[in-house]
Amino acid sequence: MQRSRRDFLKLAGVSALGLSAGTLGFLGEGAQAADALPSAADFAKPAKAKQWGMVIDTAKFDDALFKKCIDACHDNHNVPKIEGKQEIKWIWTEDFEGSFPTERPAFLAEAQEHRKYLLLCNHCANPACTRVCPTKATFKNDEGLVIMDYHRCIGCRYCMAGCPYGARSFNFRDPGEFIAKDKLNLQYPHRTRGVVEKCTFCVEKLAQGKLPLCVEASGGAMVFGDLEDPKSEVRKVLKEKYAIRRKPDAGTDPSVFYIL
Amino acid sequence: MYNGKYIIPGLIIFLALVLFPFIKGAGLGPLKVETEKPKNSKECVLKTEKMRDVHMVLLNEWRDDVIRNGKRVYTNESGKQFNMSLTNTCMGCHENKDKFCDKCHVEVGVNPYCWNCHNTSPLKKEGEK
Repeated sequence: MQRSRRDFLKLAGVSALGLSAGTLGFLGEGAQAADALPSAADFAKPAKAKQWGMVIDTAKFDDALFKKCIDACHDNHNVPKIEGKQEIKWIWTEDFEGSFPTERPAFLAEAQEHRKYLLLCNHCANPACTRVCPTKATFKNDEGLVIMDYHRCIGCRYCMAGCPYGARSFNFRDPGEFIAKDKLNLQYPHRTRGVVEKCTFCVEKLAQGKLPLCVEASGGAMVFGDLEDPKSEVRKVLKEKYAIRRKPDAGTDPSVFYIL
Repeated sequence: MYNGKYIIPGLIIFLALVLFPFIKGAGLGPLKVETEKPKNSKECVLKTEKMRDVHMVLLNEWRDDVIRNGKRVYTNESGKQFNMSLTNTCMGCHENKDKFCDKCHVEVGVNPYCWNCHNTSPLKKEGEK
């Protein structure tokens, strides 16, 4: 059968229309997409713990995996990309000296010295930030997570001074302008000018019985679980491998462990 | 009355000014605002009248329950369950903020800052139709 160019273009046009109809919205997209929104049923089986914790196997990370984990977090939580001193970071990397300044090994092995370390909020068992917050905007919930209530934050930044790990960032400017419009996760709020933000250990994912996004993206290089439960995944790893924490002498009892 | 010729007209002018809004509004029915109703669902979390009165209280309670108490599922009077989320539940149905939320808020002159952080729709970007 001979097909003219005109017929071919017509057919191609109709096919393209059909393919894009689902996203364009004139073929009942409303009902379809509404199913994708988290509903009450998604929260039926939350993951529960007394103190959530994390073990990071630092040897398994390279630059590509760092980027994957950081992007998974920052893209999903609408963390703005700002350069310089006003940077907003939930999860980031640092060298050994910056990550573990109290370790002071005199002759550090080369592998560890040149390695980067993935840093995030430690969700300390005894956090300093929550003690200094004058409005109880940040507090420790009964799952052991250090949570921010942005509605109540007055932007005094005491928590940033209190946190020994630099895990908190202040929104000096309206973050909306620094989130790429095509990357905005519409199902998750962003923050406003004048509040402090930080990692939440993906409390909204845990409530759906899922793992934090960085742990999922890490492909096994990060292990997550209940530190109070001896049978949990994290405790099993900690039983076998020697792991250190950042600035343990600050007395905050951090919940993120690093295998060197 | 001492200085009555100033005081009485003064009082009348004062009362006229104070009562002007009431006189002007007398006889008019209750304030009616036409909002765009959701197309995909008929039933809201609470009854319409109740929602009109207390949606802001409900949102505050939801916020405290979700953030402070870790409770994320709301069960209404008829036993239907909802995910307690402004963006994903409320705005998921009421997909056009300009034609729903803003209609009343503008009419009565309130300016809630919910949308400084919360997206106006879980499905569409701001301004997208």
